[in-house]
Amino acid sequence: MSKGSPISPSLMATKSAGAPKAPERADRTAETAVGVDTAATASPVLGPNNVVPPTVMTGSQAIVRSLEELGVDDIFGLPGGAILPTYDPLMASKMNHILVRHEQGAGHAAQGYAMVTGRVGVCIATSGPGATNLVTAIMDAHMDSVPIVAITGQVSSGVIGTDAFQEADIVGITMPITKHSFLVTDPNDIPHVMAEAFHLASTGRPGPVLVDVAKDAQQGQMTFSWPPKIDLPGYRPVVRGHNKQVREAAKLIAAASKPVLYVGGGVVKAHASAELRELAEITGAPVVTTLMARGVFPDSHPQHVGMPGMHGTVSAVTALQQSDLLITLGARFDDRVTGILKTFAPNAKVIHADIDPAEISKNRTADVPIVGSVKEIIPELTEAVRTQFATSGTPDLASWWAFLNNLKETYPLGWTEPEDGLSAPQRVIERIGALTGPEGIYVAGVGQHQMWAAQFIKYERPHAWLNSGGAGTMGYAVPAAMGAKVGEPDRVVWAIDGDGCFQMTNQELATCAINNIPIKVAVINNSSLGMVRQWQTLFYEGRYSNTDLNTGHDTVRIPDFVKLGEAYGCASFRCERDEDIDATIQKALEINDRPVVIDFVVSPNSMVWPMVPAGVSNDQIQVARNMTPEWEEED
Amino acid sequence: MSRHTLSVLVEDKPGVLTRVASLFARRAFNINSLAVGPTEVPGMSRMTVVVDADGDLIEQITKQLNKLVNVIKIVELTSESSVQRDHILVKVRADAATRLQVTQAADLFRASVVDVSTDSVVIEATGHPEKLTALLSVLEPFGIREIVQSGTLAVGRGSRSMSDRALRSA
Repeated sequence: MSKGSPISPSLMATKSAGAPKAPERADRTAETAVGVDTAATASPVLGPNNVVPPTVMTGSQAIVRSLEELGVDDIFGLPGGAILPTYDPLMASKMNHILVRHEQGAGHAAQGYAMVTGRVGVCIATSGPGATNLVTAIMDAHMDSVPIVAITGQVSSGVIGTDAFQEADIVGITMPITKHSFLVTDPNDIPHVMAEAFHLASTGRPGPVLVDVAKDAQQGQMTFSWPPKIDLPGYRPVVRGHNKQVREAAKLIAAASKPVLYVGGGVVKAHASAELRELAEITGAPVVTTLMARGVFPDSHPQHVGMPGMHGTVSAVTALQQSDLLITLGARFDDRVTGILKTFAPNAKVIHADIDPAEISKNRTADVPIVGSVKEIIPELTEAVRTQFATSGTPDLASWWAFLNNLKETYPLGWTEPEDGLSAPQRVIERIGALTGPEGIYVAGVGQHQMWAAQFIKYERPHAWLNSGGAGTMGYAVPAAMGAKVGEPDRVVWAIDGDGCFQMTNQELATCAINNIPIKVAVINNSSLGMVRQWQTLFYEGRYSNTDLNTGHDTVRIPDFVKLGEAYGCASFRCERDEDIDATIQKALEINDRPVVIDFVVSPNSMVWPMVPAGVSNDQIQVARNMTPEWEEED
Repeated sequence: MSRHTLSVLVEDKPGVLTRVASLFARRAFNINSLAVGPTEVPGMSRMTVVVDADGDLIEQITKQLNKLVNVIKIVELTSESSVQRDHILVKVRADAATRLQVTQAADLFRASVVDVSTDSVVIEATGHPEKLTALLSVLEPFGIREIVQSGTLAVGRGSRSMSDRALRSA
């Protein structure tokens, strides 16, 4: 299946006799940003498209050279037998390879890197267990549409299928959780496969792409030339929305009296927050930002009514429920947002703009489907709305806003102080956000602390909030924060983690300490698997089956997070009292020469509110235990 | 649930059948039959997939299949606009006493006898699935020893070619 140009002996004569020349390292940021290249540049090959005449090299040199030509600066990985050939030329490359302590860390770091930079994140692992350790991160990236390329070594092609040492069919294993995958057994395929992998990962709906390279393909000789030809006849993502559909959408917006902009992570991925703001202000409609979209529309904006979903604000959940028009942008009607689907927003018509046609009418039938990039659709929709309003008038949303503003005032986010005298976890998180500010990057694990971090930190810009949304991967925070810090070294990066999550991936503190990646980890230590415990409190009569972790107040403290942080070379503190919270955070903010770990000892009894219990309509949202808002107040 | 026949033009690359089959499994779509083979264009294969699904689901199946990078084009073939055939090989008990009856039954269905032994015959037939079902019910009383059946093959009526158009738009 080689598609490279045939090797011409006359061309080969011109190449230098020695090792391949190091590539020019131009500023590639602009060219390699996801979503920016779709219309502007002619070449689907990422990077500056330097012309490299045919040069003989090994497959592993070709992998490294391809990564360089594609504009890659940073790689996260861990070597092993089947990928060893590639680690040798990597040593001579100017690319920054960060040696992780567990391959899952490499995967999440690549995700964190991609989320904050908008560029493709890269991780490398060896065959067998190395590759399978990437699986969780690949699945996470698939669920949250994160552009990463995972490169794995594979046993030599001659022994594939023989259950050779460290052999795993990683292409087969990851088939349902990758956007696409390649198995390379011929070294001549490497340049075009690498270019195709990066093209697939970064265009259309972004996602993870796996490139599995047999050891003999790494060791074999090949002829490298650049740029390669990308040959993907079955891959044609639609970028531009259909004009007629956009005009139809504008008509619905002009006719709606209770419209809501239901904004998802796709708007973050498309770098369309400025465009979104313009549309929001033209329409005057309330905006809800999903868990994946926090920050894409400023929390401080008066039209922002909060996060929807299971732990969303009353105003956001109710706005969707009572709406007569959902203007859905890069969101996918996830079950955590809709609750019981057939009771979700029962009176709303649906405009659904998404780059993935399969998302449209998957869960909720769209009245006006628009397939394309929201980066292009939103400005077109703004124009169409402007035109439509000019003829049919600007809709009067005053009573809709009166209703929603009343909800915002009556049911603001808040918390009750724990009765056990321990700190409220919500306060700790709120103070981290307040003292760090909106320019920081906040990366959460999964569970109660994730929800509180989504609720109580004020997000004003996109790419400031990272979490594992679709997959719900405990252990995401520390390695993803590490990747984010590598991608945005000048920003303060907080991993807001739970005591359960932290114990899953904290080995990457070693990577952070040794490679000078000074992230700050706030362990919200409630000594338990808090979200599970909350469900046990609410739905299992307080039978706390296997949720006590013994890390917190009045326990044996195994492990002692302060000692653990110190063992990893991190500045480590414990904060157990409300009055110490601010000072501890300030101390952490002042340390930039090494990672910081703070053990925030908090109450295990705090719960995430509001909550829509699983399996009921969003109308049953509870602001506190067994307390549902009074809907009679409407009008 | 109604029956739909999808013609799926795919790149002839390793793993493409697995990708299609595992997509159906993962998304809980039911495959009724699947047939795959090369086409007139080198490097391209064509799958005929018969699925049981209602309207919304068939749309979702098509969209999900289209997301597979190796899938080039999908066309739904209706029974009116296409020719659809299954292929079957049936081994039936037939000794000297019953052989004539068996072969006569085969003749009625324009099926042919492709192997004869002292106590059995192998009958080959092609046709629409309903015709083959009817053939089997006629052969059943004689004693069916083995059945081997292909997936449905389907091609659109008229002069147009699916791969022609796909290549032009690619």
